[in-house]
Amino acid sequence: MFDNVWLIPLFPLIGFLINGLLGKKIKNETVIGSIGAFAVLCSFIVSVMTFLKLIGLPAEERVVNVKIFTWMTAGNFNADIAFLIDPLSCLMLLVVTGIGFLIHVYSIGYMHGEEGFYRFFAYLNLFVFSMLLLVMGNNLLLMFVGWEGVGLCSYLLIGYYFHKKSAGDAGKKAFVMNRVGDFGFLLGTFTLFWFMGQTHNVWTIQFTEMAANAHLLPTGGIVTVITLCFFLGATGKSAQIPLYTWLPDAMEGPTPVSALIHAATMVTAGVYMIGRMSYLFIRSPETMMVIAVIGGCTALFAATIGTAQNDIKRVLAYSTVSQLGYMFLAMGVGAFTAGIFHLMTHAFFKACLFLGSGAVIHSMHGALHHIHSHDDAQDMRNMGGLKKHMPLTFMTFLVATIAIAGIPGFAGFFSKDEILWQAFANPLHGSLNMLLWGMGACAALLTAFYMFRLVFMTFFGKCRIKEGAEKHLHESPMVIVIPLIVLALLSIVGGYVGLPKLIGDVVGGIPNYLEHYLEPVFANANAYVKANLHSDHHHSHALEWGLMGLSVVIALIGISIAALLYLVNPELPKKFTSAFPVLHRAVYNKWYIDELYDFMIVNPCKSLGNFLWKGFDVLVVDGLVNGVAHVVMAFGGVTRYLQTGQIYNYAWTMAFGVVVIVGYYLFK
Amino acid sequence: MDITSVFFAIVTIVAVVSALLVVTCKNPINSALSLVLTFFCLATYYAMLDAPFMAAIQIIVYAGAIMVLIVFTIMLLNIRVDANKKHTHQIVLGSVIGIVTLLLAGLFIIKGNVAAPTGPITPEMIAQYGHTELIGTVMFTEFLLPFEVTSILLLAAMVGAVILAKKKLS
Amino acid sequence: MDNLNNYLLVSAVLFSIGTIGVLTRKNAIVVFMCIEMMLNAVNLSFVALSRHLGNLDGQVFVFFIMTVAAAEAAVGLALFISFFNNRESIDIDDANLMKW
Repeated sequence: MFDNVWLIPLFPLIGFLINGLLGKKIKNETVIGSIGAFAVLCSFIVSVMTFLKLIGLPAEERVVNVKIFTWMTAGNFNADIAFLIDPLSCLMLLVVTGIGFLIHVYSIGYMHGEEGFYRFFAYLNLFVFSMLLLVMGNNLLLMFVGWEGVGLCSYLLIGYYFHKKSAGDAGKKAFVMNRVGDFGFLLGTFTLFWFMGQTHNVWTIQFTEMAANAHLLPTGGIVTVITLCFFLGATGKSAQIPLYTWLPDAMEGPTPVSALIHAATMVTAGVYMIGRMSYLFIRSPETMMVIAVIGGCTALFAATIGTAQNDIKRVLAYSTVSQLGYMFLAMGVGAFTAGIFHLMTHAFFKACLFLGSGAVIHSMHGALHHIHSHDDAQDMRNMGGLKKHMPLTFMTFLVATIAIAGIPGFAGFFSKDEILWQAFANPLHGSLNMLLWGMGACAALLTAFYMFRLVFMTFFGKCRIKEGAEKHLHESPMVIVIPLIVLALLSIVGGYVGLPKLIGDVVGGIPNYLEHYLEPVFANANAYVKANLHSDHHHSHALEWGLMGLSVVIALIGISIAALLYLVNPELPKKFTSAFPVLHRAVYNKWYIDELYDFMIVNPCKSLGNFLWKGFDVLVVDGLVNGVAHVVMAFGGVTRYLQTGQIYNYAWTMAFGVVVIVGYYLFK
Repeated sequence: MDITSVFFAIVTIVAVVSALLVVTCKNPINSALSLVLTFFCLATYYAMLDAPFMAAIQIIVYAGAIMVLIVFTIMLLNIRVDANKKHTHQIVLGSVIGIVTLLLAGLFIIKGNVAAPTGPITPEMIAQYGHTELIGTVMFTEFLLPFEVTSILLLAAMVGAVILAKKKLS
Repeated sequence: MDNLNNYLLVSAVLFSIGTIGVLTRKNAIVVFMCIEMMLNAVNLSFVALSRHLGNLDGQVFVFFIMTVAAAEAAVGLALFISFFNNRESIDIDDANLMKW
């Protein structure tokens, strides 16, 4: 029945091969872009068909392993090329292919005139292929193939403008940090496989088999080690503390890349992985605490940095890190459904925000180019009052910003609020819940603040662009605007599939569709929580309403502060920064984390490399090899004196040899 | 102490003395003549050992052909005997090896045991048939192949000698 | 034969005198003569032992040794002559082109 799911990753792969191998010959941009976009569209259509087929099955049967072929078998170890079709992977498929398709269409307009147009689309298709392998793989190894593949494509696309040194450096940084995370992923895989095999004779890395045998796992101990290793992988891929510094630098890549990879899909791989193995993580309370705390800290930390940045894409990058922190916070308190829900809504509005900022940058760039100015097209201090020049972009951007701020009625509100509620009311962390909720709430405040700061600085007020460029600002072409509109609509309606029970009951019995849909995926983990962790308080509905209202108030406070500082009284920000210069400098310079890493890790590694080169390779290895040659030469130099050329000496030696031999045999 | 032993002792002394003279004489002609004397002594030994044929060819080949050749060469090369120049290398080192060789050989001889006489040839047989006939019988039946090969060896030696001693034609 | 040992001892003495001569003298022809003396000492051994064992094989071998010695003498002296033609001396210390 699900026999044609292998078509889903096949289409982008074919697109990659065509564009990659033949793209240079096909000079026509429309053809190349259409091939790329069409490939993803076909994947999307097949994904929709698969999804419809899946919800046609009764809930208990919604786990299908579709085996394509056996990849390798070695003793106890089996790995197949096989795809797992269940509610979670179907959801991810729809998000990846759907948003991927919209971004492909957008890129046709955005990357117009770029040299290497075909290269961009080839890499983008390769990325979609890898991401699909990641979300569809039914065993840890195939997931890892996709994991590595998206890392590779991220590197290729961040360094797309490879003539710029900063782009190349950013690509390398992303790849190396991802690598550190991948190391954790691998360690986790190996430990899990070995442990389950040795102690319970269950030799498997397949997700469904692991879920079936999850009851054999102990609580804590080795499971903590395994899950921490996996979480390290997640921090690398999803840019959490400590491996997040690559994401802001990754903004060197073109904006569609930032939208697709670093907002909607690749960075969510870590969250997906934790969701996929929820039954594993739930059995380690220590790791859950670590995940929740790191998620909350990252959310807050990145939000603080975002308030002081001036580059429009940087603000969005830190916003992404912060929102990913929310998702991990959700996973860490056992609210897996909420985490996935926020993943979905975040994909919608963050992609819309990035694409919108891309449209703004595109327009600014064109305008500045016209007057031959080299001002930074991405600096918000050069923008302002763009809403009358780019009305459609402004509308979509505003919708997405309202969504991210968490205003009721829009998508972000439902998912973010669910996370905050679960952070407060979960049975896992006892007294830590208040702290987690507090971190989330502060981050929400800051999010609302800096997002609206961005909107006000860019679209409202006086236009601060260089003299003479204002008249060249115009709206972007339709091929750019239409994806923006679609995403903005999704940002509004996308939240209603996950309407919390509280509101649904009030409105007239609308169930939480998403929770029911994802229930079988997290059933194992939820059952474990019910059985082993008792919460003493039963939280009342009143508390839930109260917290919901509080989060709305927090969002509104954030918006008002931003309005005050950037709309009403634009002089106030300068007064703030001059009143707290040290704090401002620290926040503006990202709390000097990059410098700290340089000092602690990068420079020691460089010194080690230098030492191994000059000290070890040159002195020891070369010395050894050259030394052997010298020894041979010296030896030869000494023994050559045996050749005297005198017959007498030779005769004497012969006679002596004979005497020795005869003597030996005589006295034996 | 019969006459045979006395005779044997005299011949031995003569042989050893002339051998020493070969080694020590400055003039190569003197050495050559001493060597001829040694060969004669050896021929005497062969005769005492009931091998008259060997004695004969010893004198014919060695003393008659080889020594003559050597003397001719010494004359041809017209070697001036330089009175001042040393005519030996380090004598001590060479002598040491020689003496050690002698000691080893002596030890070998005294300690070794020789097999019992088993062959068919007795002095009476030699007296009866003649030594030459007996050697001829053995040589041309059992040792025919080496005999023929030796003739080829002599041919090669002749050719070699001619070529080596030729003066260059330039 | 009761004085086989005597003959063998004489042979040994002659052989060692020949060795001393080879290692000591500088004139190439004298060296050659000493080599001939060594060969003859061995011939004596052969003949003595063949007489003792009652077998003529030793004497036939002596026959061959003599033949080979003759051939060797011919070729060797030819070599000396050509060596002398080259460098006007037959001191064997002068044949030292193989020196390092």
